Amino acid sequence: MSVLDSKIPKSDLKDKWTYYKDHVNLVNPANKRSIDIIVVGTGLAGASAAASLAEMGYSVKAFCFQDSARRAHSIAAQGGINAAKNYKNDGDSTFRLFYDTIKGGDYRAREANVHRLAEVSANIIDQCVAQGVPFARDYGGMLDNRSFGGTLVQRTFYAAGQTGQQLLLGAYSAISKEVAKGSVKMYSRHEMLDMVIVGGKARGIIARNLVNGEIERHSAHAVLLCTGGYGNVFFLSTNAMGSNATAAWKAYKRGAYFGNPCYTQIHPTCIPVSGDHQSKLTLMSESLRNDGRIWVPAKKEDVMAIREKRKKPTDLAEADRDYYLERRYPSFGNLVPRDVASRAAKERCDAGHGVNATGEAVYLDFAAAIERYGKIECTKKGIVNPDSMTITRLGREVVKEKYGNLFDMYMQITGENPYETPMMIYPAVHYTMGGLWVDYNLMTTIPGCYALGEANFSDHGANRLGASALMQGLADGYFVIPYTIGEYLANDIRTGKIPTNTPEFDEAEKQVKERIEKFLSSKGTKPVDYFHKRLGKVMWNKCGMARNAEGLKQAIEEIKAIRADFWANVRVTGAANEFNQELEKAGRVADFLELGELMCRDALNRNESCGGHFREEYQTEEGEALRDDNHFAHVAAWEFKGLENEPVRHKEELVFENIKLVQRSYK
Amino acid sequence: MSNTMKLTLKIWRQKGPKDSGKLVDYPVDHVSPDMSFLEMLDVLNEQLVEKGEEPVAFDHDCREGICGMCSLVINGRAHGPQTGVTTCQLHMRSFKDGDTIYIEPFRANSFPVIKDLAVDRGAFDRIIQAGGYVSVNTGAAQDANNLPVNKNDADKAFSAATCIGCGACVATCKNASAMLFVSAKVSQLALLPQGKVEAQDRVLNMVHQMDLEGFGNCTNTGACEVECPKGISLDNIARMNREYMVASLKKEN
Ligand SMILES: Cc1cc2nc3c(=O)[nH]c(=O)nc-3n(C[C@H](O)[C@H](O)[C@H](O)COP(=O)(O)OP(=O)(O)OC[C@H]3O[C@@H](n4cnc5c(N)ncnc54)[C@H](O)[C@@H]3O)c2cc1C
Ligand code: SF4
Ligand code: FES
Repeated sequence: MSVLDSKIPKSDLKDKWTYYKDHVNLVNPANKRSIDIIVVGTGLAGASAAASLAEMGYSVKAFCFQDSARRAHSIAAQGGINAAKNYKNDGDSTFRLFYDTIKGGDYRAREANVHRLAEVSANIIDQCVAQGVPFARDYGGMLDNRSFGGTLVQRTFYAAGQTGQQLLLGAYSAISKEVAKGSVKMYSRHEMLDMVIVGGKARGIIARNLVNGEIERHSAHAVLLCTGGYGNVFFLSTNAMGSNATAAWKAYKRGAYFGNPCYTQIHPTCIPVSGDHQSKLTLMSESLRNDGRIWVPAKKEDVMAIREKRKKPTDLAEADRDYYLERRYPSFGNLVPRDVASRAAKERCDAGHGVNATGEAVYLDFAAAIERYGKIECTKKGIVNPDSMTITRLGREVVKEKYGNLFDMYMQITGENPYETPMMIYPAVHYTMGGLWVDYNLMTTIPGCYALGEANFSDHGANRLGASALMQGLADGYFVIPYTIGEYLANDIRTGKIPTNTPEFDEAEKQVKERIEKFLSSKGTKPVDYFHKRLGKVMWNKCGMARNAEGLKQAIEEIKAIRADFWANVRVTGAANEFNQELEKAGRVADFLELGELMCRDALNRNESCGGHFREEYQTEEGEALRDDNHFAHVAAWEFKGLENEPVRHKEELVFENIKLVQRSYK
Repeated sequence: MSNTMKLTLKIWRQKGPKDSGKLVDYPVDHVSPDMSFLEMLDVLNEQLVEKGEEPVAFDHDCREGICGMCSLVINGRAHGPQTGVTTCQLHMRSFKDGDTIYIEPFRANSFPVIKDLAVDRGAFDRIIQAGGYVSVNTGAAQDANNLPVNKNDADKAFSAATCIGCGACVATCKNASAMLFVSAKVSQLALLPQGKVEAQDRVLNMVHQMDLEGFGNCTNTGACEVECPKGISLDNIARMNREYMVASLKKEN
C-alpha cells in the first residue's frame, strides 16, 4: 500500500467534481475572517487564488519577489489558453479536452484532476472576460480561437501573442481590488526562504525583505505555494531570470514529496543560442506553428552553403527542402506535440542538417502562409489577377496582425526580418511538468501546505500541451482551491492566530540567517553565475532532450562536485541588510544544485521513455518514445531524507478507468 | 570574434535611498554586437564580483520586453536609443566601438531610488488599487459570448492594455506625469462594456491617487508616447480627459 493518498472522490469520472463540491466541508463566512492564508507567488495561480480567497472572506497575505505582483513570469506567456467552449462547433467537449491532455501527457497524469481541469476550463474564459481581459474577437464581436499542438480542434483563446500578459493583468486587477479593501496584504520584493512547520502542519514562512534585507516571520493557517516552475536549473531557459525553485525546494526539505522531477518540457520553437554571454532564451510561441512550416535543407551541400552564407534559405527550391514534421507525421504535421517536435529537430540537427554556425537551428518558414493569406485578402477585396507583390504585401499584413509582437521580438534579438527570411529556431527548456506532489485537494504531503500552478506536478503528466498551463494556473486559483481549502480549514476555525514567537519559527529563522551568513563569509573568488552555468551544461547535456543511464550516473557525480566547489569557492559581495541581488541569486542557485541531482536520479530510475522524458535505451524502431506501462504507469514522489542520504522514491499508481493506454501516435 | 567593441560606461551608483549618488566610469571590452544590453551589464558585474567589488544593481526579470521590470535611462533616453523596445530588448548592435554610454535610473520624485539603478514604482500599484479593475468576484461571470464586443473597440482596448507598467513615460516627462500609464488602464476598461459600469468612479479615483502620489501635470509635450516601449497612444490621454470631465460634471450635479 502506498503512503500516498490521492483522495480522489469515488464516483464516475464525470461526476467526481460535482460530488466533491456537494459534500466538501465549508467554512462559515464569519469564521473565515479569523483564518489567515499565505499565498506565495502572484502569477496566474497565486494572484487568482489570493483574490478569490480574499473575496470569500479569508485574510490573505501574498508574496512575490518582483517589485509588483503584475510582473510574475506568467506575464510572458504568449500563445493562448485552452478551454472546452466549443464555440467553433468543431466537436470539442470536456471529454475531448480531458482526453487530449491525458494523451498529450503520455498517460502519466491523474485522470480525476485532469477531468476537473477540463470541466472548469470554460468558466475561466467567462471570468476573465468579465474582468475586462481583451481576448481577440472576430468581426461579429465574438471570441476568436486558434489551434495549438496535439489537438484536432480549435479551442485556444488568445490576445495576440500576449495572452499571459492579459490574463495576468486580469488576475492582478482582481488582487488589487482586494488589496484596496484590505483583505489581501501584498508583500512585493519579498522572498520566501523557508517554510515553518508547527505540530506537523504548515503554519508560516520565513521571508526576506529584498529591499532592506530584514528577515521576517509570517504565520497562517495554510500556506499556498504558487511559485512557478524550476526550468532555470538548466541556466538557459525561456523562464525569467528570477524564476526559481527555492520555495518548493524548502517545502520538499520540510517534508513535501517532489513529484516526477525529471519531467521537463523542451519547447521546439525558441531563438537559438548566439554566444557564451547568453543569459536566457526567448520563446517563439507555438501558435506560430499554425502558420509556419518547419524545415531543413535536404542536401548536406545546401546546409554547408547556407552556413557559409553562400546561399540563402529562400534560394532553395521546394524539392530541396525537407519538411520533416510533415513527412514523418502527415496527420498532425507541424502541429505535433512539443516533445515530438523537439526530438525531431534534434534528430535532424544531430544528422548534420542544422542551418546556423553551431549546427543547432532549423527553419520556421512563413512564406506559404503569407501567400495563402495574401490570396484570400485579394479575393475579399475583389482584386482580380493580383501580382505577387500585392499578394505578399496583403499576406504580410495578416501575419503581422496575428503575430506582430513575436516577429518584432525576433527582429530585435537576431537582427533579421522574419517577414522576408524564415526564422531560425531550436528547442529550449521551457516548462517543468514535475513539481510538488499534491492530492486531489492540491495539498502536498505536508498538511496545510498546498501547491498550485506550475509549482505542482498535477495535470500534465510527462508532457504538457500548449495553452494548458495558463488554463491550469487559473483553474487551480479561481475554481479549485476556493473549494478544496475549506475541507482543511473547517478544522481550524477555533485555532486562533498562529503565534510567531515559537521555537519552530526561531529554528527556521536561525537556519535562514546562518545560510545567508555562510554565503557572505565565503572567501571564494567566483561569481554565482559561474556555478549556475556549469550546472546548466551538465543538465542540458545529460538530463535534457535525451538521457541515458550512463550519462545520468555521471551527471549525479558531476553535480555533487559542482555543489562542493560552489560552497568552497563562491563569492557573494555586499551585506545581508541591504538590496543585494548577488545574495538572492546565491540562494536560488544553491537550491538548484540540489534539485538538479534529484532530477537526474528520477530520470535514472524511470526506465522507460514518456513525453518529455526520453531515455535513449527505450525507443521504438522509428525513434519514438517507448513507454513501459506495466512498470511505470505511476507517479514517482520523492521524500527527502537529509542531503547525506538518498531520497526515497514512493509510487502513486495511476489508474486509467476511462482511457485506454495506447502507443501515442500523431502520424 | 573580430568585430567586438570597447566601450566606456558611466553608471549611476547610489548605495541606498538616502545616500547621494554619482556617475562612475567603467571600461568594458570584447562586447559582442549580439549581446543584449543587460547581458553586457552581466559581464561587467561578473568582473566586478571577481574583483570583490559590488556589482551594479538593476531591475530586470523576463528579459523579453513584457514584465516591465527593466528600467534604465541610457544616454538620456528611457529604455535607450531605439524606439519601441524595452531596455532588456536593446542589443549592443545599436552601439559602436569606442562609444561612451551613460546609464542612469528612471528618475522621478514618485520613483525613489532603492539602489544604483533600481527604483521603487510602488506608486503604480497603488494607482491600480484605486480603481484599475472591474469589481467582479470569482464565479459571478456570465457566458463570455453573451457579451459581444465590437472588434474595433476590442482591438483598441487591447492596445491600451498592452502597457507593461514600466514607468518610462514618467521618467521621460519633464513634469514626471503618469498620465500615459493611468490613461491606458482607464481607456482599456472604458472601451469595454464590462468596464463601463464603474467608469466614472474609476477615472476620478485613479486620477486622485495619481495626484496624491506626487506625479506632475500633463502639459501635452508628447514625450511619453515617443519613449513608450509599447507604443501606448496619446489618444488614451485624450479619452481619459473626456472621461474625467464627464465624471466630474456628473459628480457636481
Ligand atoms: C515564455 C513563456 C511562454 C509561455 N506561453 C504559454 C502559453 O501560451 N500558454 C500556456 O498555457 N502556458 C504558457 N507558458 C507557461 C505558463 O506561462 C506558466 O506555466 C504559468 O504562467 C506559470 O504560472 P504560475 O502562476 O504557476 O507561476 P509564475 O507566473 O511563474 O509565478 C511565480 C510567482 O511566484 C513568486 N515566487 C517564486 N518564488 C518565490 C519565493 N521564494 N518567494 C516569494 N515569491 C516567489 C514570483 O514572484 C511570482 O509571483 C509559457 C511560459 C513561458 C516561460
Ligand atoms: S504607458 Fe508605456 S511607458 Fe508608460 S508605463 Fe505603460 S508601457 Fe511603460
Ligand atoms: S526585463 Fe522584463 S521587460 Fe525588460
